[in-house]
Amino acid sequence: MEELIQLTKKGLYCARGDFYIDPWQPVETAVITHGHSDHARTGSKQYHASASCVPLLRHRLGPIHVESHEWGKPFQLSETKVSFHPAGHILGSAQVRVEHNGNVWVMSGDYKRTPDASCEPFEVVPCDVFISEATFALPVYSWEPGEVTAKKIFNWLHQDRTRPSIVFCYALGKAQRILAEMKRYTDETVYLHGSMAELTKLYRNHGIPMLPTELVADLPKDFDFSGKLILAPPSAHRSVWMKRFKEPQTAFASGWMQIRGARRRGGYEKGFVLSDHADWRELIQTINETKAKKIYLTHGREDVLARYLREKGLEVELLRTEYEGEQE
Amino acid sequence: MKAFTRLFDELDSTTSTLEKVAALKRYFKQATTDDSLWAVLLLTQKISRRVITSATLKKIFLTATEYPEWLMTESYEQVGDTAETVALLLRSLGYARPDTKESETESSLTEWMTNRIPQLANFQTLEEQGDVLLSWWKDLSADEIFILNKLMTGGFRVGVSDKLVIRALSELFEVPSDRVAHRLTGVKNASDITFSEIISKEEITTASNQPYPFCLAHSWASRVDQDWSSEDWCVEWKYDGIRSQIIARDQQLWIWSRGEQDISNSFPDLLKLFEPLRTLNDGTVIDGEVLIVKDGHIESFQELQKRLGRKKPSPAVMKENPVGFVAYDCLEFEGQDLRELPLQDRRKYLKRALKNFKTEQIKISEAHEVKNLDELEKLRSQSRENSAEGLMIKHWHSPYTVGRKTGSWWKHKIDPLTLDAVLIYAQAGTGRRANLYTDYTFALWTEDKDGKRTLVPFAKAYSGLDQAEIDELDKWIRRHTREKFGPVRSLEAQQVFEIGFEGVLRSSRHKSGLAVRFPRILRWRHDKKPEDADSLETAEALL
Ligand SMILES: [Zn+2]
Repeated sequence: MEELIQLTKKGLYCARGDFYIDPWQPVETAVITHGHSDHARTGSKQYHASASCVPLLRHRLGPIHVESHEWGKPFQLSETKVSFHPAGHILGSAQVRVEHNGNVWVMSGDYKRTPDASCEPFEVVPCDVFISEATFALPVYSWEPGEVTAKKIFNWLHQDRTRPSIVFCYALGKAQRILAEMKRYTDETVYLHGSMAELTKLYRNHGIPMLPTELVADLPKDFDFSGKLILAPPSAHRSVWMKRFKEPQTAFASGWMQIRGARRRGGYEKGFVLSDHADWRELIQTINETKAKKIYLTHGREDVLARYLREKGLEVELLRTEYEGEQE
Repeated sequence: MKAFTRLFDELDSTTSTLEKVAALKRYFKQATTDDSLWAVLLLTQKISRRVITSATLKKIFLTATEYPEWLMTESYEQVGDTAETVALLLRSLGYARPDTKESETESSLTEWMTNRIPQLANFQTLEEQGDVLLSWWKDLSADEIFILNKLMTGGFRVGVSDKLVIRALSELFEVPSDRVAHRLTGVKNASDITFSEIISKEEITTASNQPYPFCLAHSWASRVDQDWSSEDWCVEWKYDGIRSQIIARDQQLWIWSRGEQDISNSFPDLLKLFEPLRTLNDGTVIDGEVLIVKDGHIESFQELQKRLGRKKPSPAVMKENPVGFVAYDCLEFEGQDLRELPLQDRRKYLKRALKNFKTEQIKISEAHEVKNLDELEKLRSQSRENSAEGLMIKHWHSPYTVGRKTGSWWKHKIDPLTLDAVLIYAQAGTGRRANLYTDYTFALWTEDKDGKRTLVPFAKAYSGLDQAEIDELDKWIRRHTREKFGPVRSLEAQQVFEIGFEGVLRSSRHKSGLAVRFPRILRWRHDKKPEDADSLETAEALL
């Protein structure tokens, strides 16, 4: 079978279609899976992305040439037929399906199967070759539905309403997911760190129902945050920005929080297990459902997943990409 | 199990003292007295029962679930704890009960501690134990499985001090905390006490070998009030031995260490020295320090260590390392509890209790009169010559309080010895630090006949850096590894650290020929180059 997509210095390259998927260096044509910074990089001449990804991409990369595509609607790039399919990772996140002469490859980008109220659900795309991420490819990682985790956050917030409650999480995807999943339990206003303002607005424009928000920076200096929920990126932890909260209780929302040691190491009091990547079972389930004959694995614990799949008789190869998955 | 797991989770996920106490009170409010007793004993680590080892737990899990061993090993390396790895894998396999589902056979903590867990020891084969465990695991959530695994392997720990547990009990049941603390002292088993006895408002006569909770001191450096008046303070040498109470009651003698261990059996010679106390009226309790005293000279802690852990020391060992005692305080005399009296009065009783003692091995701690703070510092600087590790500074009017209460007892230790050493090896920590390089080996320079300088390992240290530094160093270690030997990485010799320690001794077991006591990292010397680090000769000069 022809190698439709190959690893080059600039990224994953499709020669038949003369385009790159999520390149890490500037190229002529870049097909983008989603808006996270390790996948969407600046400097390319022409971008292609899913319609719901485009506003996020513009926000992140500034003025770019980008063509917007509907879900599942194929478009021609040179000799190949390309289409976007939801990956369930963040809003607008896509798997890229590439077809040439009946040979079908799917690059998953980052993905998950756990239901998420803030983005389009994952869709299985049958293919010959599947390129999968492996961020959480260890069997100790298994996620609960977002609504269960949201309930835990809600309970934690209510257990002590004498202190401000700060949940640290990534500004794109995770913050909006919390705002959307928590809507089942409350209608209280959540207070945001500045870095989350614009991204949250873009989610709202897209029609994702979320809790009302206000910016911490917009409030008077003496505003009392006791009993309030505040969302901030991990970089704000132990920064000067924290000074305005009196004795806050702190938590980190991430898949890494599954392991007690990781939580302690981060210096957070509480950990909420909330991931935008597939857990061990979802990875294996997805790989099986695509019915792919060959699997390429990228970033994460691809070594462990590769051994497991090979022992099950699958053909697996590793790809050394520069994607980072979810940072600890 | 559900309520106890919840308590564990609440204690584990807050750093606020108030919230910890609140969580404890919530638990004790709803728990049965039996469960409360077990919870107290487990939280204060008075008991830990290991019915199986972690290695056995792993084997049982692998056998019962036919799990691939390599995959378990990969998982363990990420998690760093067998009990937790097994819990997470069981959840991933779908064996654990989902958090959202209620348990069908919820058993109390008491049932687990008195029936189920001990029962496991009756099964001989891994298969049988696996069958039993699997049936338990299936009705527990992953968090509960983690707690059960910890209880079975004797590794249950939680971030709460004895003091907070006592405070919660005292506040909830309105009993003075001193009383609760006293009742818990020396308890080793659930059969030693009942929960009602712990929280009883009445005075209950405790077992005759019961020690009093030890009064502890704060660090002098943390003192706010800086004036000094010579008649207020009793200044004594702070010795580095085993802080202990000699208890004479009912015509019997015991020695209890501060670690709440009955160490009478290890020191039959000391019991013999205290023989005159036994025949004194009613009860006498003396607080002091067990030390090795040879020809009137107090030996180092290393000498004392040779006597520790020996159940029945041989006559040769006793002769080689003769035990002695420096008495600090008298807590009970003629059956009267003296702890509320001021120190100056208790010292009088101490003299009375020991007045007929003719032996060189037992002394009353000398009280120095110190006129001002300069004199205090001068005296402190003479600690090493006097076999002491610093000074104890006690207010003459102070009662003997429970634990570490502020204000009247201070310790003022000598500054540690320090050397600048180069980091040469790193090893991953254990438990919660399993995926971080936190165990370090440091080296000093030595010069051979041809003047060639090499680094010789000198001390291992685990503590002293803050979390940010540990993370930074961990990153540096990963990028500057020269070689890996199993879990150990040898590193490029670049980073210099100031290492503090309490003393240096000759040792043939170490490559450097030296052994250091209590080494710890004082500072990361970013300002120093490896060639600026100290040499072995400098260390030898400290012998
Ligand atoms: Zn991503």
